[in-house]
Amino acid sequence: MSRLKSIGNWFEQRLQIGGAIREAMTHPVPRKSASWWYVFGSAALTLFILQVFSGIMLALTYVPSAAEAWNSLQFLNHGVTLGWFLRAVHGWGSNFMVAVVLIHLCQVFLFGAYKFPRELTWVVGVFLLLMTLGMAFTGQVLRFDQDAYWGLGIGASITSRIPFIGGYAVHMLLGGPIIAGATLSRFFALHVFVIPGLLIALVSVHLLLVLKLGINEWPMPGRLVRRATYLKEYEELTHKDGVPFVPTAIWKDMFFSAAIIVSVMACAWFFGPFGPSGYPDPTIVQTIPKPDFFFLWLYAMLALLPPSMETPALLIGPVIVIGFLILLPFLSGEGEKSWKRRPIAVVTLLLVAVALGTFTQLATYSPWSPVMNAWSGDPVPVEYLNGRSPLERQGALVFQVKQCRNCHSIGGSGGKRGPALDKVATNLTRDQFVRQVIQGGGNMPAYGKNLNPAEVTALVSFLETLRPSNQPAARDASQAAITSEEPPVAPPNAR
Amino acid sequence: MSDQDTNAISRRDLFAKIGILLNGLAVVILATPVIGYLMSPILAGDRSQYKRWIALGEIDEFPEGQTRLARFKNPITGVADGETDQIPCWVRRMQGEQFQVFAVNCAHLGCPVRWFAQSGLFMCPCHGGVYYQDGSRASGPPPRGLFEYHYKVEGGKLLIEAGQLPTLSTTAALRARKNGCQG
Repeated sequence: MSRLKSIGNWFEQRLQIGGAIREAMTHPVPRKSASWWYVFGSAALTLFILQVFSGIMLALTYVPSAAEAWNSLQFLNHGVTLGWFLRAVHGWGSNFMVAVVLIHLCQVFLFGAYKFPRELTWVVGVFLLLMTLGMAFTGQVLRFDQDAYWGLGIGASITSRIPFIGGYAVHMLLGGPIIAGATLSRFFALHVFVIPGLLIALVSVHLLLVLKLGINEWPMPGRLVRRATYLKEYEELTHKDGVPFVPTAIWKDMFFSAAIIVSVMACAWFFGPFGPSGYPDPTIVQTIPKPDFFFLWLYAMLALLPPSMETPALLIGPVIVIGFLILLPFLSGEGEKSWKRRPIAVVTLLLVAVALGTFTQLATYSPWSPVMNAWSGDPVPVEYLNGRSPLERQGALVFQVKQCRNCHSIGGSGGKRGPALDKVATNLTRDQFVRQVIQGGGNMPAYGKNLNPAEVTALVSFLETLRPSNQPAARDASQAAITSEEPPVAPPNAR
Repeated sequence: MSDQDTNAISRRDLFAKIGILLNGLAVVILATPVIGYLMSPILAGDRSQYKRWIALGEIDEFPEGQTRLARFKNPITGVADGETDQIPCWVRRMQGEQFQVFAVNCAHLGCPVRWFAQSGLFMCPCHGGVYYQDGSRASGPPPRGLFEYHYKVEGGKLLIEAGQLPTLSTTAALRARKNGCQG
């Protein structure tokens, strides 16, 4: 024991950092801040360390070349002992890290932690969030499969919408004229050197600021932040009602971090690694690219925005959102911290959460996309053919062969791009069917050039059968007036 | 120390300032080639090096009235591109030597559109863009029709001018934009 101590002293004599470490560890925190609500920051840091560690492990096998990356991922999955597990830990760790960083953001937002004097801590945190998302996107590219390839195409297409310099920006993003080896190399450099380096630097600043300024106190309704008095009040709070960070507060951080690591490993073990999906060969056009979970909301937004709003939303939207986040502590650096007295903050957060959640949920089944193989894969339900005339059955065939099914479902299967057609005959008359099929409209292509009159007749005959037997077919009101024997009723204001 | 010394710059201050200046100069000199290196994708593209005429094959490989997937090797390649330098395109032969050659990339966000011969439509799997057989927009979010390559027929072969990923600002037919015709 004494030998251990003498070794320690030997180092301390030279490094002279023991005092600073002791001070940092035992710095007082407000008693109520030693709470389970304050564990997300340290959990994010733990996950970052896990990502660095597992990332280095993957780099031992991964080959950052467009020709070899996919094969090296397959080799990691199948050829290296527990390579699949390390890939899974890195992939799930990424998802957990984005989630925990987002929760951390929500918590400090609701607890008013961005107010004076912690403005800079918040601003640095905003950049840490952006870099975490940057790591998630570049990591998805390194998993160089079809999703990654076409994801880069989407990135390039968004970049190309920048006015004036769009073309140059695309070539800079791709490192050349097309998505190829140079593209993967630069995303590798970003994912492995540039962004992690910046992350380490900014995390250090973020932590230093937490130590220098102290952890945010538990917000009490009515206890307002004022620049003139806050520092003194915080000083009193930590000294009168403070507890040392170690050991009173830190055990909760440690418990939670351990639980997070175990959760990542459990997900990795039971659900396995992500992909890689198909081989990144652009000539394989039979693919349905989809982004990773945390970018699904964007995927949905890009499908649902009106085309005219898309470019402004893509280019100005991020500037507004990031600008708002950065300016927030300068716009409301003082005043009420408690979420109980900040209804607009709470409603804003809920709105954003509900919107992102809804978009993400929609993107899991992407109703805006045609189902590419519905026409050849989903049979027409038997009850839609039983007792039908030959012409109507021929119409069902036209319905399938002309890929109507890719966008319109019947019997619960098929695309959701257009309306389901199970009851369509209760809404449209024969004439309306013919017009809709030939001229299209309402986001439906015109089929006039691709259907001959016989096919239209058959198709419309089939469509006319699509209604429940207990509901009448749609009928043209004016038709009745023309064919009826009685003279038409004069309009009330006619002379 | 005399009075005039307080205004004069001391010898070591002067050297410190010269030292800063020298290092600043070194950084500028070093940065120039580094920036040139980083900008190389733009500089190469600006000199129109990205576009070449590439043969897609004999025109007889493309039956009249049909649209078929063709592939070509991108004229600009790197050392480790794997299959990514194989670029697909949709070739529509109307009749004789009349062609339309479309990029597979949807004009919306670049996903690969698929050709459905029966309905005569290109459909995009990502956000639901649909195009008619002549490449014009039929429905969905795309802001324009499919990107079209310039083509010519020489010695019975179909050639297209290609070489870069087509997007809204790096269209398949880059030069055509300058001539004012729809690319």
